Amino acid sequence: MNFKTKLGLGILAFFTLIAVIGEWIAPYDPSAMSDDLLSPPSGSHWFGTTMTGQDIFSQVLVGTRGVMVVGLVCGVLATFLSILVGVTAGFLGGAADEALSMLSNVFLVIPALPLIIIVASMLPSADTVLIAAVISLTAWAWGARILRAQTMSLRRRDFVEAARASGERTWRIIVFEVLPNLLAVIGSGFVGTVIFAVMLQITLSFVGVISLSTWNWGTILFWAQSNQALGLGAWWWFVPAGLCIALLGTALALINFGIDEYANPRLRKVRA
Amino acid sequence: MTFLLRRALFYLVTLWAAITVNFLLPRLLPGDPVQAMITKLGGRLNSDAMASLYVLFGLDDNKSIWEQYVDYWGSLFRGDLGLSFTFFPTPVADVLAQSMPWTLGLVGVTTVIAFLLGTLLGVYAGWKRGSWMDNLIPVTTFLSSIPYFWLGLIAISLFSVTWPLFPASGGYAPGLVPEFSGEFIGSVLEHAVLPGVTIVVSSVAGWILGMRNMMVTVTAEDYVLVARAKGLTQKRIMFAYAARNAVLPSISGFALSLGFIVGGALLVEMVFSYPGLGYVLFQGIGGKDYPLMQGVFLVITLAVLVANLLADIGYLLLDPRTRKEG
Repeated sequence: MNFKTKLGLGILAFFTLIAVIGEWIAPYDPSAMSDDLLSPPSGSHWFGTTMTGQDIFSQVLVGTRGVMVVGLVCGVLATFLSILVGVTAGFLGGAADEALSMLSNVFLVIPALPLIIIVASMLPSADTVLIAAVISLTAWAWGARILRAQTMSLRRRDFVEAARASGERTWRIIVFEVLPNLLAVIGSGFVGTVIFAVMLQITLSFVGVISLSTWNWGTILFWAQSNQALGLGAWWWFVPAGLCIALLGTALALINFGIDEYANPRLRKVRA
Repeated sequence: MTFLLRRALFYLVTLWAAITVNFLLPRLLPGDPVQAMITKLGGRLNSDAMASLYVLFGLDDNKSIWEQYVDYWGSLFRGDLGLSFTFFPTPVADVLAQSMPWTLGLVGVTTVIAFLLGTLLGVYAGWKRGSWMDNLIPVTTFLSSIPYFWLGLIAISLFSVTWPLFPASGGYAPGLVPEFSGEFIGSVLEHAVLPGVTIVVSSVAGWILGMRNMMVTVTAEDYVLVARAKGLTQKRIMFAYAARNAVLPSISGFALSLGFIVGGALLVEMVFSYPGLGYVLFQGIGGKDYPLMQGVFLVITLAVLVANLLADIGYLLLDPRTRKEG
């Protein structure tokens, strides 16, 4: 494992920790108003305060959980769907492959954001898990496409043929012979999906289609934007949440590079 | 030719799927927001407008779902997307027609710039692997991990609030009339700088990375080795041998990531109040304006499909193997 991958894992571990303990270590109630209106970062408010005197540091800490939960739930759901569709298509071939590939390509080409905005704003109650499920429905297609290609290259290999010749059932061949060889691809697909889901959730919160009753980094940005934080010069209102998003995204991308380099040795660093 | 025909067929299926999803959504999801809007607007809707909203949103319970579907297609073919609530009483189609050119201009130009710039940088980064260019990767990864809209916010705060170099919102200076004059065009360009740069900066990283990795893979191929052995110039090997083959996945990826990029670009429009489809969508969200939101979705999908077809033609020109198949 190289330095980049370790750095990525480290940052991810940090945010996971915050997601668990954020609510307990937050110095203030993130929604509680106070008399320190729109004050810049200081000793008592590390990230400053909002227009109504809410502590932004506490909002970021408490909001981490919502972000991580959606990322994890989407990652799991969408990865499951992509394995189901991609591996089945690649392994079976023929008409089933045509149909399933068509399905995933349709999902890839249709612009997800406007569609999800419509769905999310039509839902009567847009709670975190429901939103995660909706995002997963649009997030699986990329992984499915890559898994299909990989599976196709595997299915005529000798060890698969041997399993087939010895009379193994199809699902057994898929689960015990093919899937273990796809782990790197599945892993990188999972990480990619988490990035996508986190970005989408934050975006939806920022646009204001998800309920604003629970905190996440996007909600902070929504309030900053709707209160004209930019015009007021309150940079501390929108900088911390954005940096957190970028850090988390970078961490996940670094982990993904690590997986790519593991799977494709040509990408590894040349030693001078 | 078979290649293009197959692709065109696929895009038709996709378009059908998008339209059908658009038809089903308001009928499947609970709640009747459109009915509520119609009640609110009450007498201000004339009977024609009322009828078309009934067709689009399935409020007429006396008809079977199949009849509704046929009527829905009929409306679409007449270009009737209902009335916008936000811009009442303007029809959705008119609102879209007005904002469409802005989005096409901004997103089209910036996407092409980002693609060309990213691919070129990727070619160099992959070719000169192990040099300082490798440091480009973490930096661009960080930039691409930043949500488009947040980068837009930062750009506004730096370049129009702190140092007022560029305007923060709108598509042209207020008071100007859209016309074909130097003053107007200048103002349009000036307003496009910040949103444009934002889109390029956040989307360029993906192209750099993809192209670099493909270059690294291709550089190890035998034909590159042969080209070197023949003593061809570095430049010729790099572009005519390695890059020409390495760019193919980028082009097929271009088509597939377009939907994603357009989504990001719509957000940039929202942040900059740029008069395109994204800003219209944003206003639609605020007003729970479903006819408008669904119209935006359809138009964007259509645009993405057309762009995909263009990318396919590009692929056809670059890869002779696809031409031979037919």
